[in-house]
Amino acid sequence: MSTTTTTPQRELGTGHTTGTRRTLEKGPSGWLAVPALAFFMLFAILPLLGVLFLSFTSWDGLGEIKLDGLSSWNTVLADPVTGNALLVTAKIMFFSFIVQAPISLLLGVFTAASQKYRAALAVLYFVPLLLSSAAVAIAFKALLDPNFGLGPGLGLPILAQDWLGNSDLVLFVVVFVIAWQFVPFHTLIYQGGVRQIPASLYEAAQIDGAGRVQQFFNITLPQLKYTMITSSTLMVVGSLAYFDLIFVLTAGGPGYSTRLLPLHMYLTGFKANDMGAASALGVILVVIGLALALFLQRLGGKNRNASQLEGA
Amino acid sequence: MLELGIEVDPQTAKCGFYTHNRAISVEPEGRMELHMNNLKLRTAGMAVSAAALSISLVACGSSGPAGTGASADSATMWGLTGGDQPVFQASVESWNKAHPDSAIKLDFFANDAYKTKVRTAVGAGQGPTLVYGWGGGVLKSYVDAGQVDDLTGFLKENPAVQSRYLPSILESGVIDGKTYALPNNKVQPVVLYYNKEVFEKVGAEAPKTWDELMALVPKFKAAGVAPFSLGGQSKWPDLMWLEYLVDRIGGPEVFANIAANKPGAWSDPAVIEALTKIQELVDAGGFINGFSSIAADSNADQALLYTGKAAMILQGSWIYQGMKKDAGEFVSSGKLGYTPFPTVEGGKGDPANVVGNPSNFWSVSSKATEEQKKTALEYVKDGMFTDENVQGLIDSGAVPVVTGIEDKLAASPDKDFLTYVYGMAKDAPDFTLSWDQALSPAQGDAMLANLDQIFLKKITPEQFASTMNATIGK
Repeated sequence: MSTTTTTPQRELGTGHTTGTRRTLEKGPSGWLAVPALAFFMLFAILPLLGVLFLSFTSWDGLGEIKLDGLSSWNTVLADPVTGNALLVTAKIMFFSFIVQAPISLLLGVFTAASQKYRAALAVLYFVPLLLSSAAVAIAFKALLDPNFGLGPGLGLPILAQDWLGNSDLVLFVVVFVIAWQFVPFHTLIYQGGVRQIPASLYEAAQIDGAGRVQQFFNITLPQLKYTMITSSTLMVVGSLAYFDLIFVLTAGGPGYSTRLLPLHMYLTGFKANDMGAASALGVILVVIGLALALFLQRLGGKNRNASQLEGA
Repeated sequence: MLELGIEVDPQTAKCGFYTHNRAISVEPEGRMELHMNNLKLRTAGMAVSAAALSISLVACGSSGPAGTGASADSATMWGLTGGDQPVFQASVESWNKAHPDSAIKLDFFANDAYKTKVRTAVGAGQGPTLVYGWGGGVLKSYVDAGQVDDLTGFLKENPAVQSRYLPSILESGVIDGKTYALPNNKVQPVVLYYNKEVFEKVGAEAPKTWDELMALVPKFKAAGVAPFSLGGQSKWPDLMWLEYLVDRIGGPEVFANIAANKPGAWSDPAVIEALTKIQELVDAGGFINGFSSIAADSNADQALLYTGKAAMILQGSWIYQGMKKDAGEFVSSGKLGYTPFPTVEGGKGDPANVVGNPSNFWSVSSKATEEQKKTALEYVKDGMFTDENVQGLIDSGAVPVVTGIEDKLAASPDKDFLTYVYGMAKDAPDFTLSWDQALSPAQGDAMLANLDQIFLKKITPEQFASTMNATIGK
């Protein structure tokens, strides 16, 4: 109290300098986040709370919304289709990952080098990403048609399978189409990651007599650790959101073979008109998504901010 | 730098573009934490937005030229793409030309997408003035929620409107003694179509009984032709088999009990026998390879019939319009055959009974403005089923639901089929509405999902019955 009254002059001066220093040390004011946070509250948190509320009601989308306690949750958790949807989601997530991750890593490393033909190929690889999921699904549905598709058209018996109608095959067909669409995206991430690795590391390795394979395993891979985590997170969490592609391609069928959780939620809400159960499924989806994102973040290790680059 | 205008800054390795309909930005390693937090939040949001996203997915309809000249507060109308689309379009266009002050805005949607969209829109108070429907359980749910207007008074004031319809069909728009929906297009019985060319090649006759039908299966398979085409991915074509078999075996009372929510109605022996017969037909290879991935909305199922890859198809009378358009030569040269659904030995149902849709209907949204309602009802009164409109429907290969059209049907190049369908609908002792439309939406959806499982042989008829019994009253 006494200090402030006795030395007003100095206070002003130092106050100014500490302010600047604080800006330098702690980054810009937290108030800058307010507009983004407001949007986020409005378009993410509020709907989320709405869904949570709806999961404790029964509503057919038309009439009154009636509070209904846990009955929607009981329906959803007792329904074997929910368990099946979780299983299908897990399978698609797993297979998508083990198919997409190595392919996009290798393609990314391949296209990162500077030769002209590699740049040309990179453009080609990129094309699927330019197409909308619905267009991709419609195209593949036509190509894979057992009677009018590619197989019967070219007269190749090997291609004339019942790709989308066979419960055992269809999951892998879906994984393939997803990979076709999203590998370019992850390739791009890896390409950016590889281009960041300082050339001096490779030069040093070459002087030490390391071959291409050794360089790949001892420099490229370790340097790409965080790129891998980024890409994997997007792949794994993204597979919780596969909807449009599968909806158009198989509509979840045949039977329940490709009815994964987001699709199950949609069909429950908008085909069976059970908004309560669909909201409960939505909450489950959010919880799983958050848990997965958290888990993958942990994988990055405690010291996430440590540099991997030379000299660190 | 990278091609195609996508920027990747080597300093920050930050690139931005869209995937999964969300913006995703990839942050450099040092800023991983920030990125992960964003991602987490986004994950939370995206699940919620998935529903919104899917609405926008089905929201892609097409607006015809009829939309021009209509303002934001004019009456709106949503129709289906396909067979009747040009007829509705012509009808609304000539209405708009004659009534520039009360123009109607018309949009078209694909069948399955429409069914989802219209319900969501009506529930949100954003529905069209004239709601296109099928009657039955869905109409009842609109009535229960107070979303559509009672048109009984309108009919009383306009006896001309009432008398133009076939009375039995007008009946389908009545809920609890009040009329909520008026027929707007054509009778749609389900017909067994066959390819005469394929039948001649194999030396077969159209089946009159179920045993004859089963006997045809190995014959066609030996000739390398699939006996039946089926749009199994759409699920509702599966239902036509169940509807007809249950009717032929047990008569229309069986489904009347189900529709009346009588406990255990699904366990009726007729239902079990019908499902068993369906699975026998599946086992015998009666349906085309890959039927469960064929969508009826893309007309792939009818294409199999007219290309000779399948010998027969059980479908609604509306696919005649599609085939007339896509395979005119096949239809006009008389290669398309049609016959009633076969009888089942010992069955109780009258072989003249019909299942299908008596018609489609217009209901008037109770959320529309008075002005919009007035325009809509005036259109229903004076703009629909004009001579031009009736002729348009007949020319497209459909039978309008109005009286006194025998001469016009007889003058049509499609007279054989049209008079056949007209007679079929008019003389049917019982015309059962498609079950998925007659039941409540929740029950209808469960039925289609479980019937799909029957066709895939994942469940037994008994499992089907017990699962469906549990949905009674929902």
